[in-house]
Amino acid sequence: MSNWETVIGLEVHVQLATASKLFSGAPNRFGAEANRQASAVDLGLPGVLPVLNEAVVHMALRFGLAVEAQISPLTQFARKNYFYPDLPKGYQISQLDHPIIGPGRLEIVVGDQAKTIGITRAHLEEDAGKSIHDQLPGLTAVDLNRAGTPLLEIVSEPDMRSAAEAVAYLRELHAIVRDLGISDGNMNEGSMRCDANVSIRPRGERTLGTRTEIKNLNSFRFLEKAIEFEVERQIEVLEGGGRIHQETRLYDAQRNETRSMRSKEEAEDYRYFPDPDLLPVAITPKMIAEVARSMPELPRARRQRFCEQYGLSEYDARQVAADRATAAYFETCVAIAEDPKLTANWVMGELASILNRDELGIEASPVPAAALGTLIARIRDATISSKIAKTVFDIMVAEGGEPDAIIEARGLRQMSDSGELERLVDEVIAANPAQVEQFRAGKTKLLGFFVGQVMKATGGKANPQQLNDLLRGRLDGGG
Amino acid sequence: MSADSTLAGWAARLGSGEISCRELAADCLARIEQGAHLNAFVSVDSQRVLDVAAERDAIPRAERGPLHGLPIAIKDIFCQAHTRTTAGSRMLEQWRAPYSAHVIERLEAAGAVLLGKTNMDEFAMGSSGENSHFGATRNPWDDSRVPGGSSSGSAAAVAAGMVPAALGTDTGGSIRQPAAFCGLTGLKPTYGRVSRWGMIAFASSLDQAGPMAWTAEDLAMLLGVIAGCDTRDSTSVDAPVDDYSKALSAPVSGRRIGIPSALLGADVAEPVRVAVDEARQTFERLGASIHEVALPTALAGVPAYYVLAPAEASTNLARFDGVRFGHRCSEPRNLTDLYLRSRAEGFGSEVKRRILTGTYVLSVGYYEAYYLQAQRVRRLIRDEFLAAFGQVDVILAPTTPGPAFALGEKVDDPVAMYQQDVFTIPANLAGIPALSMPAGMTGGLPLGVQLLGPHFGEATLLNLAHAFQQATDHHLERPSGVRE
Repeated sequence: MSNWETVIGLEVHVQLATASKLFSGAPNRFGAEANRQASAVDLGLPGVLPVLNEAVVHMALRFGLAVEAQISPLTQFARKNYFYPDLPKGYQISQLDHPIIGPGRLEIVVGDQAKTIGITRAHLEEDAGKSIHDQLPGLTAVDLNRAGTPLLEIVSEPDMRSAAEAVAYLRELHAIVRDLGISDGNMNEGSMRCDANVSIRPRGERTLGTRTEIKNLNSFRFLEKAIEFEVERQIEVLEGGGRIHQETRLYDAQRNETRSMRSKEEAEDYRYFPDPDLLPVAITPKMIAEVARSMPELPRARRQRFCEQYGLSEYDARQVAADRATAAYFETCVAIAEDPKLTANWVMGELASILNRDELGIEASPVPAAALGTLIARIRDATISSKIAKTVFDIMVAEGGEPDAIIEARGLRQMSDSGELERLVDEVIAANPAQVEQFRAGKTKLLGFFVGQVMKATGGKANPQQLNDLLRGRLDGGG
Repeated sequence: MSADSTLAGWAARLGSGEISCRELAADCLARIEQGAHLNAFVSVDSQRVLDVAAERDAIPRAERGPLHGLPIAIKDIFCQAHTRTTAGSRMLEQWRAPYSAHVIERLEAAGAVLLGKTNMDEFAMGSSGENSHFGATRNPWDDSRVPGGSSSGSAAAVAAGMVPAALGTDTGGSIRQPAAFCGLTGLKPTYGRVSRWGMIAFASSLDQAGPMAWTAEDLAMLLGVIAGCDTRDSTSVDAPVDDYSKALSAPVSGRRIGIPSALLGADVAEPVRVAVDEARQTFERLGASIHEVALPTALAGVPAYYVLAPAEASTNLARFDGVRFGHRCSEPRNLTDLYLRSRAEGFGSEVKRRILTGTYVLSVGYYEAYYLQAQRVRRLIRDEFLAAFGQVDVILAPTTPGPAFALGEKVDDPVAMYQQDVFTIPANLAGIPALSMPAGMTGGLPLGVQLLGPHFGEATLLNLAHAFQQATDHHLERPSGVRE
């Protein structure tokens, strides 16, 4: 284990899925033709004024309740001033003092360890437009469609100690915002972006090391890779006798490295001050109560319910309750299968590996939840063995169809006629006298050999338990 | 005939059919032409004005709005759809607004004929009308003198008889000070009373649109049209709009008028002091009672204002960067060059001075000492006014330290220029309404006094000003050569 301890805090920008923008009535949609979704307000024309979209406040409050945060009774918008061509007003409307969401917390799980990550604050701000540098030779194009899109910036405490914890935290946030219906969480469209503050310190040291900030990480994998690279880089610098400079770095996914973007000395003075165009917004207990009534079940509560209702282990519950879609699939499945543990194994095992292989979300699963539930029910009622079930499952994936129909059509039903099985067992014993001799002399490992022989003769359709019992009876009994 | 050149007078003659909307508009256009040397207007589209006036004439009597056919000039800080809107700046010299300000919509819906866009100090920053890219406006009473600012063209246009009324904006006195210098009555409404949608921002927490005309009666007509809540302006207040015209004739007897002796301790010309004193006596004769009020912090208004207003302006004007609209330097070499030259060329020196001041006071290390300190002063001033209005209905004060000064007299001394606003700024900082009305003459130049009221007390101010104008003739004074 390294002598260095990693310390990570994340700033996560979540685009809120409102119908219109944060301060204008322009539609908030991804992918429209450039500059066709920017109103006079988004363009920052002379004389225009911002009006707060109340749906955004509602969404922020949902998030606040989900992370058990303190919610300030009065929240205020501030101007963050800087010049950039894709920032139409020359300032971004954001929040500094009195953010809408105060301190909260989020539980994550890495391996078997649960851990609580502190959330410092979450505040609302408008997104900027996009500068496009590679479309017109020698020129920069500006698309202001994104300008004014509502963002919730969620700032964590420096509570994470590894890239894996950072990824787990981001995944948990991702699941929550999707469950809350406040964002599509679509990372490759920029709906969720992340800046990572990374520092290291000698193990046992209490004060924090100098941190660097890696900007604009837009996938779980990049977050992990960027942190891992940055930690290695910092260790190398410090062990080589150097020092870390507080700076902003960019992650280059192609070269898998981080590069310096600007140092703290070059950092801008944003001249924050309360935006005089927007009055402070009162958040009343009544508003909070209304939001609380409309809250969906969140991952943590769902995990707890799955443990209690289905008797699942913590580990299994975490897997199948991780996000709302998986949980919904599991619950449909288990209602038919009536065996939670077996269902969890199938959802996390066979199904997950197929989905991973084909890069599909569970909503797009080739095997519907009800069909998988039926398949598992057939294992439970001993119609088929687990092994045969895998065959059936593969057919369902490849060709579709109902498990019962597949079992019937292909004659995969488990042999339940004990007379037939007894006959086959006797035949195998009769055909292998030497092995019978050895078994009876104490080489009981040979039981597997007999099982295999009989299974082969039945085409795998024998009930394994029944077969075991029969063989033991015959071999031990000496007859 | 005393009512001739007023809004109410023209309304009566339009109503009786004595004159048509188009005839009146043509008459105004001719006077604008005659007074071209005053440089009151930046843009006038004569043909369009005549067309609109003719359309008004075609409206059946029953469907006519409260401002039917009345010619009104608009300060060039209000966006008017498809019309050049410059804010007195080279930055917007060629900019045509694609939409109309709330007040423009209201005036048009009420049947007014918008005569044109008036000259102004660039981005409303100035107290003399000299800071315009389009040249200084001159005072119709004496064209060697300033008309006041920043609503310089609006004041000059009314005073010269080109239009019976105009719209201005007031951030630190920009309606009231030029009204005083030009012998007009001007009202800065309560902050939030009139929507700021479509009004190019100078200092967002202080800017208010308001009317300028000869009489309080005319202001009441206009305020009734432009006041009211607008959901496009978050600072617009949803308070009921009084019937201001009806309120004009309420009895004055029993009203309590406050005199802030601390304010009169400021550097005030003797004729101004006399005008305030005579106004006090007039109100006493009308049955009002006079009371001392303490506004100890009001004199700190100027330094507080010249921190807060530039702070807000410095960021409000950041959008003028040469990227999307407005002036862009020729052949920029790179982004920084584009920003630097576009802004250096597009803004005048007073605007630059305020952007620099504002940027400084918002910077790390100075924010506390300047911006926050100024906000504390602002709160004190507001609290003092609120306390005073517990004891009196209105406060009577000078509008300006003296009469209109000579063109060029103060251009090299910004601090002396800023001191012009000492009596007007406190109302903006407190967000309260204030009205300036003619109250005397000195050396052939008009003087104004101010009435300040509690939040949404416009009806009371108009009532008292109207009573004063019924009892005095100051508002009937006209520059020579201007019809009565």
